[in-house]
Amino acid sequence: MATRATPDDPTRRETGTSASSVPDVPGPRARGLGARDLAYVATFAALIVVLGLPGAIFAFGSGVPITLQTFGVMLAGLILGGRRGALACLLVVALCALGLPVLAGGRGGLGVFAGPTVGFLLGWVPGAAVTGWLAARRAPGFSVPWGTAGALLGGIGVVHALGVLVLAWRAHLAPSAALTADLVFVPGDLVKAALAVVVAAAVHRAVPGLLPPRGARP
Amino acid sequence: MITFDGVGHRFGDRTVLRGIDLDLRERFVGVVGANGSGKSTLARCVNGLVRPTSGRVVVDGLDVGRQTARVRRRVGFVFPDPAAQIVMPTPAEDVAFSLRRAGLSRSQTTARVEETLERFGLAGHADHPAGLLSSGQRQLLALASILVTEPDVLVCDEPTTLLDLRHTRRVAALLHGLPQQVLMVTHDLELLGGLERVIVVDEGRVVADGDGPAGVATYRALMEADAC
Amino acid sequence: MLTSLYVPGHSWLHRAPVGGKVLGLLVATTLLLAWRDPAAPALGAVVVAAVHLGAGLGVRRLLAQVWALRWVVAVLAVLQWWAAGPREAVVVVGGLLVAILAAGVVTATTRIEAMMDAVVGALGPLRRVGVDPDRVALALGLTIRTVPALTGIAREVADARAARGMGRSPRALLVPLVVRAVRHADAVGDALVARGVDDGPGE
Ligand SMILES: Nc1ncnc2c1ncn2[C@@H]1O[C@H](COP(=O)(O)OP(=O)(O)OP(=O)(O)O)[C@@H](O)[C@H]1O
Ligand SMILES: [Mg+2]
Repeated sequence: MATRATPDDPTRRETGTSASSVPDVPGPRARGLGARDLAYVATFAALIVVLGLPGAIFAFGSGVPITLQTFGVMLAGLILGGRRGALACLLVVALCALGLPVLAGGRGGLGVFAGPTVGFLLGWVPGAAVTGWLAARRAPGFSVPWGTAGALLGGIGVVHALGVLVLAWRAHLAPSAALTADLVFVPGDLVKAALAVVVAAAVHRAVPGLLPPRGARP
Repeated sequence: MITFDGVGHRFGDRTVLRGIDLDLRERFVGVVGANGSGKSTLARCVNGLVRPTSGRVVVDGLDVGRQTARVRRRVGFVFPDPAAQIVMPTPAEDVAFSLRRAGLSRSQTTARVEETLERFGLAGHADHPAGLLSSGQRQLLALASILVTEPDVLVCDEPTTLLDLRHTRRVAALLHGLPQQVLMVTHDLELLGGLERVIVVDEGRVVADGDGPAGVATYRALMEADAC
Repeated sequence: MLTSLYVPGHSWLHRAPVGGKVLGLLVATTLLLAWRDPAAPALGAVVVAAVHLGAGLGVRRLLAQVWALRWVVAVLAVLQWWAAGPREAVVVVGGLLVAILAAGVVTATTRIEAMMDAVVGALGPLRRVGVDPDRVALALGLTIRTVPALTGIAREVADARAARGMGRSPRALLVPLVVRAVRHADAVGDALVARGVDDGPGE
């Protein structure tokens, strides 16, 4: 049986303080992650990888695959908040660099970082941070308007901004040309943002207490 | 030796354990009871995964609430779902993870890992992805990763729920052969019958405390009374 | 299952130290992209192909890698040609192609464990700003371990959705998948705590 979280259950989900009330336990280092946070971060990183596994659809055009992975990035922020959501994305980026095919369509390895579209991947980290930071505005509750704002600004705005800038730089394109090439992918991402907010709202209802409490680092 | 001293626990306003006083000295102690009766909560108090809202738990003279880190080094904990307990990609890495603080050299670690996997019948799977192991093999690996640190006490929360009869018996035999004190929560009456001591928990209280056959009889009576 | 892009072998490149390979890659790529002449990608292509074949990675793999990049190459080539002419298209797109292939060779000849050791080693100095390299290694290992666990959960959830006759609803798949992923993370968190991960260094 999975245990449910209640306000004074010491095993309840919270950022980095799960054991700190226990004397003699040094607790997670000031800046480090507690064991429970680590489990969440690794699980959502794995979720992003898994969402890239089945039938990745490559839209004709620019080598940026349309899959549920960006949905996973937004979801990480919406469910875990900014800090842990961003760390989950950072883990995926790191695994990619180590040489694992963690990106949609089985892509991965250092080649990705030499490619022109790497900005979209690197953008996941600040994108999830912004998504989660906004989504946690009403924490511990989940607010649909703030979550939507987060998914749009972070999951789409930040990711595409970084992606377009890097594309323009690496492919020697005018930023406007890079942006035009990128616009094809925005409608798909809008659908994914909506789906992410709907799913996050349902998950927060099923499992309350996931977002970091206000005052804790997001 | 595990002592519960007036232990009670509430999750929010729901009381899950009340007035638990136990002195567990036997080498193998079973715990049985209905779903939701509080067995897992009781077991989790032994290594501080749950901190009781009243009373205290003492393991080999150490207060779990105050000396949690030291208690956790002495108490191994086996969970019902072996898939969630294996934290590293391969069996060898998972066992080695347990030894990270043992102060062993690389070659000593490798040797200990090999010898441990051998003992649990997993030598042939040392470097295979843990995801490919069967549930039974995973539970054996979970046990291997815990026992390699040589804890003094082993707490097992339904360690055989996901296993077939053969693996259940294998795990049971393994647990019975250990030098450690074992506290095992289970719904498997076959595993309880021969025990020297069985605790029956119901609605957060200890309702029976005696030898195996007595515990099983009380538990059956309890379940059948509820069924009408 | 997450199998790495490493291609087993015993070539000089397989045996070369990780740090050297990555550093060499960085230097070569920087030079390649700085030399803005069609000769750069031409020479680069010859070198990369030679190294690729020399490392025993095979012609077939090389061609497959190029083929996988066909869309990026096509789109960028058209855009560049149109914006800056054929010469620029060759320099930019050829340069990118060679850089990607070169990086791919390093990945194909380096084991994940070796990469991980190198990364964890390189993170040592970051201890002072609160980064714990062992915890980073644990996080990476835990993620690799969790992928097959979640794949299994995804399969069960998809079967359940089909059994309930909700074959097309993405919500009926994603909500239970994420809820179960969270519960799995809770159980993993318990196991980590029980195995002393929050307890700091030993006595
Ligand atoms: N973290 C938690 N927050 C709130 N309630 C909880 C929590 N963990 C357990 N409970 C509740 O406490 C009660 C006892 O749970 P516990 O898991 O100890 O039962 P159990 O005897 O192990 O049951 P089972 O046989 O189903 O494993 C249940 O009603 C359960 O819903
Ligand atoms: Mg239980």
